[in-house]
Amino acid sequence: MGARRWPRHVLLLGFGLVMLYPLLWMVSSSVKPTETIFRDPSIWPTELDLGNYTEGWTALEHPFHYYLWNSAVIAILAVAGNLISCSLAAYAFARLDFRGRKLCFALMLATLMLPIHVLIVPQYVLFSQLDWINTNLPLVVPKFLAHDAFFIFLMVQFIRGLPRELDEAARIDGCGHIRIYWRIIMPLSVPALATSALFTFIWTWNDFFSQLIFLTDPELWTMPVALRSFMDGQGETAWGQLFAMSIVGLAPIFGFFLAGQRYLTQGISTTGFR
Amino acid sequence: MDNRLELANTAVAPPPPRPHPAETSTSRPPARPREDRIGYLFLTPWFLGMALFTVGPILGSLYLSFTEYTLLKPPEWLGLENYRQMLDDPRLHRSLLVTFVYVFVSVPVQLVLALALALLLDRGVRGLSFYRSVYYLPSLLAGSVSIAILWRQIFGQDGLVNQLLAFAGIEGVSWVAHPDFALGTLVLLNAWTFGAPMVIFLAGLRQIPASYYEAAQVDGAGPVSRFVHITLPMLTPIIFFNLVLQLIGAFQSFTQAFVISGGRGGPSDSTLLYTLYLYERGFGSFDMGYASAMAWVLLVMIAVLTGLNFLFARRWVFYGS
Repeated sequence: MGARRWPRHVLLLGFGLVMLYPLLWMVSSSVKPTETIFRDPSIWPTELDLGNYTEGWTALEHPFHYYLWNSAVIAILAVAGNLISCSLAAYAFARLDFRGRKLCFALMLATLMLPIHVLIVPQYVLFSQLDWINTNLPLVVPKFLAHDAFFIFLMVQFIRGLPRELDEAARIDGCGHIRIYWRIIMPLSVPALATSALFTFIWTWNDFFSQLIFLTDPELWTMPVALRSFMDGQGETAWGQLFAMSIVGLAPIFGFFLAGQRYLTQGISTTGFR
Repeated sequence: MDNRLELANTAVAPPPPRPHPAETSTSRPPARPREDRIGYLFLTPWFLGMALFTVGPILGSLYLSFTEYTLLKPPEWLGLENYRQMLDDPRLHRSLLVTFVYVFVSVPVQLVLALALALLLDRGVRGLSFYRSVYYLPSLLAGSVSIAILWRQIFGQDGLVNQLLAFAGIEGVSWVAHPDFALGTLVLLNAWTFGAPMVIFLAGLRQIPASYYEAAQVDGAGPVSRFVHITLPMLTPIIFFNLVLQLIGAFQSFTQAFVISGGRGGPSDSTLLYTLYLYERGFGSFDMGYASAMAWVLLVMIAVLTGLNFLFARRWVFYGS
């Protein structure tokens, strides 16, 4: 029995190592002096040198935490916006019987397939007429208006799986829909809300395209935009420092991944069903 | 006014009998118009968002696609001129070619990897959740600028790949700067994110009843025959779901190509994805009219592709009883 399982584990582990090797190499390169990065492909650094982190942190116009903070503000607001607006819409789709529900639901699903690039040009025109370019508003306001249909879908799938008897009992006790939503459905939907919050944070934190377009003022730059300017800024790239700051940029995602991986994997599994 | 009447009625009359929970799937309760209002109330943010950020922009960009518009002066009507220009714009054709090669090579590679690993991980391997996490992590990170920077370095002239090749006595080229290989590095980066579809496959595999396999084993079916006759047909809905999702995702790739090529889609336009060219025309030279026409063509392409997907799905997707 054990003998038959060996080859599979060797294969799985070996492949996992190949998958993660680039990441491990980046971590080890970040603690090597830049000139040795290009001589030594091993992931065991011979010397531990945190200079890349201290120098990289201050290599740009602002210290690196300035850009991290800009990113965090947008990501946290995006999480709040998605949780509120998408859960409201999901409750309506999953629990309320109103005219045009099927049509609206189909429309919502259709927007799932709509690439941002189709909308970005006219959205830019709209935001520039509102004078919102170089503010956080274009990145945050849409989230408060349930623009991320994916999370509506995810929450609808989850709420449909909750027993209706709970709602009915509350109805008999005289609760209105607002109270049922807030008192019964929301507390029971914590797993779906947690999944949505995690994904929203990670995707917003990683988002580059819309931040590149709407935030051209270096004072407003987020972490990804700042990182990219770091790379294309000077002729001679300080790879060690660049790697160090790239890792700092990935660290929050890695932390959330470790803390919430059950929610993340369940979340992408449930959307594929029913 | 009607509502008040109704409220008064419900206060005295007993509520209509509700169908038994078991029946709700077959017979729906009669439509209660009282839920219209509350339904629209809950949907208000979504309605506003749809109008302002989705439907409005789609119609707006349709109009803009028939104009010349640079944000500085009001749009100038051109008729079909933008679309005609697209017909003889060599860079646009190039970007379409690059995008289609990228999408139709990288998505199959990614899905085959995802399915293969899901099969290896199924059947209660010890440490399943550990492996699942290891393979899934890259999917979460890959969209970031950090990983694009890493990729640019790994496949650079003196990057990790060439260092490893040097051990074997092979002299590498700068892969990201070579017109024949640059797009390949992007395909590899997409393949590296097979973890997300793999997780969906794993969930799908768990839905297949074990009794099917047991019955097949009693009939003397070997592992290959079990895969072909049970696993594959039962998984087709999941394969279809992943295919639609990843195709749409691949069409939207931007960050990696943008960062790795320094924003230009080079070398010699070999990584000029459609989205990169759209960015260049729309936000590099503020050719908003032309970029809107490009956006509409992209919309039509994705709609046609997804439509074809659903059309062909009838032939190969198996929805068992």
